[in-house]
This record gives sequence, C-alpha cells and structure tokens, in this order.
Amino acid sequence: MIANKDVLLNVDNLTMMYGERVGCENISFDLWPGEVLGIVGESGSGKSTLLQCISGQSKPTSGTITYDTRIDGKQDLFNDMSESERRFLMRTDWAFVHQNPRDGLRMGVSAGANIGERLMSVGARHYGNIRNTAEEWLGKVEIMAERLDDLPSTFSGGMQQRLQIARNLVTSPRLIFMDEPTGGLDVSVQAKLLDLLRGLVQDLGLSVVIVTHDLAVARLLSHRLMVMQQGQVVETGLTDQVLDDPQHPYTQLLVSSILQA
Amino acid sequence: MTNYEHIQSEYNFAYLDEQTKRMIRRAILKAVAIPGYQVPFAGREMPMPYGWGTGGVQVTAAVLSPNDILKVIDQGSDDTTNAVSIRQFFAKTANVVTTVKTREASIIQTRHRIPETPLSADQILVYQVPIPEPLRFLEPRETETRKMHALEEYGLMHVKLYEDIARHGHIATTYAYPVKVADRYVMDPSPIPKFDNPKMNMSPALQLFGAGREMRIYAIPPYTKVESLDFDDHPFEIQKWDDDCALCGAEESFLDEVILDDQGNRMFVCSDSDFCQERQDDGFRGSANQDDTTHGMEAAQ
Repeated sequence: MIANKDVLLNVDNLTMMYGERVGCENISFDLWPGEVLGIVGESGSGKSTLLQCISGQSKPTSGTITYDTRIDGKQDLFNDMSESERRFLMRTDWAFVHQNPRDGLRMGVSAGANIGERLMSVGARHYGNIRNTAEEWLGKVEIMAERLDDLPSTFSGGMQQRLQIARNLVTSPRLIFMDEPTGGLDVSVQAKLLDLLRGLVQDLGLSVVIVTHDLAVARLLSHRLMVMQQGQVVETGLTDQVLDDPQHPYTQLLVSSILQA
Repeated sequence: MTNYEHIQSEYNFAYLDEQTKRMIRRAILKAVAIPGYQVPFAGREMPMPYGWGTGGVQVTAAVLSPNDILKVIDQGSDDTTNAVSIRQFFAKTANVVTTVKTREASIIQTRHRIPETPLSADQILVYQVPIPEPLRFLEPRETETRKMHALEEYGLMHVKLYEDIARHGHIATTYAYPVKVADRYVMDPSPIPKFDNPKMNMSPALQLFGAGREMRIYAIPPYTKVESLDFDDHPFEIQKWDDDCALCGAEESFLDEVILDDQGNRMFVCSDSDFCQERQDDGFRGSANQDDTTHGMEAAQ
C-alpha cells in the first residue's frame, strides 16, 4: 500500500443523525489522489447525506473528515478549518457537480460569466483573460465557442450539465464531488457525458467521489465502489469485484435488478 | 407656511419620538464605526410611501438639530416634488431653516446625486437608498449575501460587471455602481450616477445612507477610501458629454438632456440646479443663455 500521508481525503467513523433518525452511520474510507470512488445505493440510503458531510456543507454529528490541503497539509474539515476556509476550498481545490444543473449554474448570467465566476472569486481581474479561459473550457466540454455569451437557459440539458462541469473545473480542482451527474439526461447524452467525464478525470488526474444509483455509471467511471443501505456501508471493494461477485444480499439484489437490454 | 407655531406643538422635534431617534443614532454610530457595513434598524412608518425617501428622512430626523440648515435635492434639483415635500416636512416638524444653496447647508438629503460643489467637513450628506444590498440581483438569499459580506466573498460582483462587458462591450452599469469602502465592504452607493462615485472617495463630509423599506443604515465616515470596482482591461470611467451646459457653460458637471420640441431639438443642462444657478450668478453663460438669463431658464423648463 501507499504510505498514509498520501491520502487525499480521509473519512473516519462519520455519523450524521437527523434527530433520532440516522442519515448515515459509522462510515470510514480513504480517497487517494486520482481515484474515483463510487457510492451506490437506493434512495434514502444516505448517499447524499454522506456527500453533503464530506464536502463540508453540513457538519456531521460525529467522526472526522481530513483533507490534504495544498498549503497547510492535512486539515480536519470542521475542527481545523474555519467556514471561510471551507468555502474557499469549495471554490478552488474542490468542485461539486449537482444532479440538476440549475442548482449548480447561475441561470441569469451568460455561459462565460458562469465559467468565469470561480476565477473572479479568487481574484482574477482581467476581463480578456477570464474570457479566453472561459472559451477554452467551453471547448473542452464540447460546447461551441459561439455560445459563450448565451444564457444557460437556452442550452439543452446535456449542455447545461457540461457547462456546470466546465464551471467547476476551471480552477483546476483536485477533488470533485458528483451527485448523480447523469440523472435526468437521456441515454445517448448520458453516454457522451460519461465519456467526457472519464476523459477529463484521466487527463487531469482528478479524484472523484461520485454518488449514483445507476450501476452502469458506477462501473464505467469508478475504480472503487461503496454500497450503502439504510445509512450503512454494506459492501465495499473494487468496482468489478463488487458488481461481478456481490457478497451482501442487498448488493446481490441491486446487481440482479438491472434490466438486461 | 404660516401657522408653524400652532403646528409645531403637535409634533415632537423632527417628527420622530426621542427613543426612535436614539435607536437610529445608535445604528448610525455603528455604521460609521464599520464603513460600508449595512446595519439593520427598526425602520418606522413615515408619512410618505416607501420609495420616496423614508430611509433618508429617518436618518435626517435623527441627525437634525434645531440650528441645522437643511437642503434637499432630488436628481440634483431643489425644486422637484420629492425635494420640495421633504423640505417642507422638516420645516414644519422641526422648524429648521432650509436652503437651496449647497455651501450654506449643514445637512443635505439627496436622492440620486452628490452636489457638484465640493462638500466640507462640517456637512452631512444623507442618501435615500431603495435597495442597499449590492449583491441582491445576483444572489437573492439574504442569509447568503450576509455570509458573503462577512467572509469578504465578492467575486460575484465582478460577475455582474463581466456580464455587462459581454453583453454591451463595456461596463454598462451607469448608476448604483458598486464600490469597495475602506478596502473591506462592497457597498451600493444608492442610485447615484457613477459620475458621482469619485466624489465619495476621501470626502471630508460624513455620508449616511438610509434604506427605509429594507431597514438598513450604512455610512462612509469622512476621509474614507471609496473605490469603484472594475477590470484591469476595462477600468472604471465616468460619463462624458459632447456638450457643455447650455445655461452656465459648465464643462465638467453631470448634464440632463432637455427635449425642447418634437423636431429633435434638445439641450443639455446641469442636473445640479444650485451649482448651475451659482455659476450663472457669477457671470458664466452657456450656448442657450447668451443674451438673457431668464429667457434661457424658461427654455430649460
């Protein structure tokens, strides 16, 4: 194994309670640089709660989340870092891709401004440079450069999702959280988006935590898989191993319920 | 205009009760202590509709003393409805002396302009503010904008300017142009034209902002750095006109366009009526005002 100091994100014994109810319970895992971790499970299994916690948006009831920051080294997200530092991380070194692009985009401003927002929030003050970078990223997510000044509301669902990805990747983050990034897209657009994502993840060496209920997405993108049920991790392992030889009854059910086309 | 003695007995000085004025003064003190920070205050109902200067009137009422000389302007002019009624309001409820002369006034309540005549250290400028939150149109959540101010996250403000350039080729925001006060808080300078933004920087006068409906007070203390936001390659610029004032010939004042007829004839005159009159009294003449002063004034009106 690689030495522990190289772990990018460490989650230790994380529990999130909503009053008496369990959001997710006793979850521990390590995420390594360049690794794609898939979290699968049915609705209400605690996937999104877990994602909210590890991305620093809600404070877990107990447990720690440690991130290897670029400057200060390993920092406990909720004990060592202030809210402003967490938010700074969120718009520089991290990215969050929402299921619904409308949650992740500013619908009232052009595609260029959407991509440029992160740059401006970290101090970019040269319009020409911001615009060029935005155009470059539009190209990388396969949107025509002439759409740079158009509002996202004039984009198709797939384009909006790609724009959201461009907007998130423009500050070269190291860690990306994705919440059902292909949900709500039709199958051919999904395939294209997955292809694009896989390319970007490989080219840029990104670490990804991807939450999905779609096992096909999980198989295509993730190296490792965590299966959740009722707030617990019931099975974890390499993606192919988990999907081809499921051990836990729930995973077996999940795998067997895929429709064969 | 006549029975002031009779009427005055029915009002507390400057309309508001003493506890209310005290509460507003506390908010003002806090606002002065934290330049550009929006201080919430318990705004009262005033005998005028929201949008007509209820915030400014409350601030003025709180800082007014019996010896003050009050000037009220609306769009730079002393004789528009809003200015006239607020001036009358304080003449009636506080029995203070009012003036139209910028130099004479100790308190100037304004809507949309900063007087052209430079202000001095013994003057207070009170702004009427409709929407105090500069980030509001991009971020509708109050909880979020407060957090953004607290954490100094102002990237969004530049998104607005970016969008301006992307759509219009230049920064098309001409009024309520966002500024950064004392290198900390981004502030909406109320709907003054960006022409007036440089006048706020290092001004010797105290500047107070009151938003009645939104119940916020903020301030720029005297001699405070006020910087208009911009891009390196699209620097902040103020409006310019090809014409000079047709009445007084002023070259560097904010001009209003006056339509003269339906044949396309028009002229440009100073928006600051006192400044224009003062220049004319000093013998300056514009193109439409060569022979006879009164004639020119009529044409302007």
